Amino acid sequence: MDNYGPYDPSVDYSPGPATREVGPEGDKIKPWKPLHMSRRNFLRGVVCSGTVIASAGFLFSTTSAARADARAVERMITLTVNGKTHRLDVPPNETLATTIRYRLGLTGTKIGCNQAECGACTVMSGGTTIYSCSTLTHRVRDSEIVTVEGIASPDGTLHPVQQAFIDELGPQCGFCTPGQVVAAVALLNKTPKPTVEQARMAMSGNLCRCGAYDHYLRGVMKAAEKV
Amino acid sequence: MTDVMHNFELYQPASLADAQELLGDHDDAWIIAGGKDSLDWFKHRVKQPSVLVDIAAIPELHGIREEADGGLYIGAMTTLTEVAESDLVNARFPALAMAASKVASPQIRNAGTLGGNVAQDTRCTYYRDGFPCYRAGGNTCYANTPTAMNREHTLFEASRCVAVTPSDTGVALAALGATFHIQGRRRDREVSADEFFIGPDVDIERMTSLEHRDILLGIRVPGTWAGAHQYFEKVADRNAWDFALVNIAMAARMEGGAIAEVSMVCGAVQCTPRRLTDVESLIVGETPGEELETLVKRVASSGAKPLNYNHFKIPLMENLAARAVRSLV
Ligand SMILES: Cc1cc2nc3c(=O)[nH]c(=O)nc-3n(C[C@H](O)[C@H](O)[C@H](O)COP(=O)(O)OP(=O)(O)OC[C@H]3O[C@@H](n4cnc5c(N)ncnc54)[C@H](O)[C@@H]3O)c2cc1C
Ligand code: FES
Ligand code: FES
Repeated sequence: MDNYGPYDPSVDYSPGPATREVGPEGDKIKPWKPLHMSRRNFLRGVVCSGTVIASAGFLFSTTSAARADARAVERMITLTVNGKTHRLDVPPNETLATTIRYRLGLTGTKIGCNQAECGACTVMSGGTTIYSCSTLTHRVRDSEIVTVEGIASPDGTLHPVQQAFIDELGPQCGFCTPGQVVAAVALLNKTPKPTVEQARMAMSGNLCRCGAYDHYLRGVMKAAEKV
Repeated sequence: MTDVMHNFELYQPASLADAQELLGDHDDAWIIAGGKDSLDWFKHRVKQPSVLVDIAAIPELHGIREEADGGLYIGAMTTLTEVAESDLVNARFPALAMAASKVASPQIRNAGTLGGNVAQDTRCTYYRDGFPCYRAGGNTCYANTPTAMNREHTLFEASRCVAVTPSDTGVALAALGATFHIQGRRRDREVSADEFFIGPDVDIERMTSLEHRDILLGIRVPGTWAGAHQYFEKVADRNAWDFALVNIAMAARMEGGAIAEVSMVCGAVQCTPRRLTDVESLIVGETPGEELETLVKRVASSGAKPLNYNHFKIPLMENLAARAVRSLV
């Protein structure tokens, strides 16, 4: 509705999108079609093609490669993610979430809030869960990082936690799911037979906007019977 | 909204001497421990130090060791999870273990450190959002105006600034009589919680007495209350992430059914952890019970000066004090 005047009882305020007037050329407007490229492929593409990266000023800042002071950290680091070791050029102000997603193309790890308040970016570092959005990559370059991509076995068999989350209808929109999976797997690695209270505590750092908490919790308890 | 962090030079010294040298070379060097407070500042571009000194690789700052007097010395870089799960801490100072386990969320506790938790800056939303308030060097307080949202702010000792202490562990440490071991430019010093946490009347731009070139090495919890009855409770909007609206820590010894000794400290009601001296002197020598609780409620919040939206903290504080006393029955 174009005007937002006072309520007028004679008007039919029907719900739904406002009707738009279509001019004489109306039928020539082409319907919108998605590109034949999934978002995931696009992101993989970004990682490989320098041009897009160069324009992504938001993600990658341009610190000069030379260090002003030789005591400062080197930009070239080795980072072990899901058992694979990578040689990477990482500026000191880059977060682990950025490195994982945009340099390694592992987009399973999500960024929700980017400030340690949601858990979508949860990964394991040396077996414990951390928020990768609030961790400097340089801090964890010597530890083993595991992301959601490293949870299933190499032949594609799902981890009991992943299977249980499917069975219990954990994911609704799925945005929080990678973080939930990592948090649950880290718990079961440490405490294979948790009590419900322990499971609830371990999962308390992962928000779910869809509110599927009980489903995830049941999933954790179900998976605990299998691991 | 968060942004990419500004450019900075990062140092990861492996010894205290190197860290001190780096702090000496750079006037705006910022110490980073777990980074859970620091990175927020940088992502919001409110603070932009050109140099970060990451102290994680310094071995002396890690770990929990026993002391001759039955107390514990906890390195500043010990994570909150390590504090919460430590058998030693749980056996001697359950109030501290409990406080550590109530901070933020598991992932934050896995990375956040005890030193960072006591040294963290206040969470006043105006200040954190970069408003040029008194604490930020300006000349007004945005949280104390007729329309300001100040349900999280102070009841006591406001002095221009009405921000409160955010730390859960700080409250437990203050109740347990802990001392803070600091390495300064010239010498080491050890200060009590009273001197470590400072109010706006002392310095409006800092929450602690740490100055540039000071490194918090560790926290010594003396044997005084080891194994004694202890209590910690935190009330927040949500059980994860949220900072305390009010929290309370107590340590006490009983003798023949009466309270012989007690130490009680409340958090999130003042810029520093607030010792409830009135309650302490009221209940020593008394027998816990309903009658005593009624009296405790009467004095617990005396002198409170609520702002527009935080009156609810008064009954909250009174009830928490009464519940702490009830735990002695
Ligand atoms: C979403 C969220 C929720 C939170 N909820 C709570 C909560 O409920 N309760 C609570 O108590 N806290 C809470 N916090 C705060 C968090 O627990 C602390 O920020 C964390 O413990 C700080 O530890 P850190 O090691 O990450 O500190 P850092 O961010 O690394 O450091 C914090 C500050 O302390 C200084 N510092 C750190 N170590 C030293 C040292 N050894 N010597 C000198 N200076 C030092 C740093 O320079 C910096 O200014 C929350 C934080 C977030 C992001
Ligand atoms: S994106 Fe890291 S916690 Fe929300
Ligand atoms: S499934 Fe949608 S946020 Fe959790």
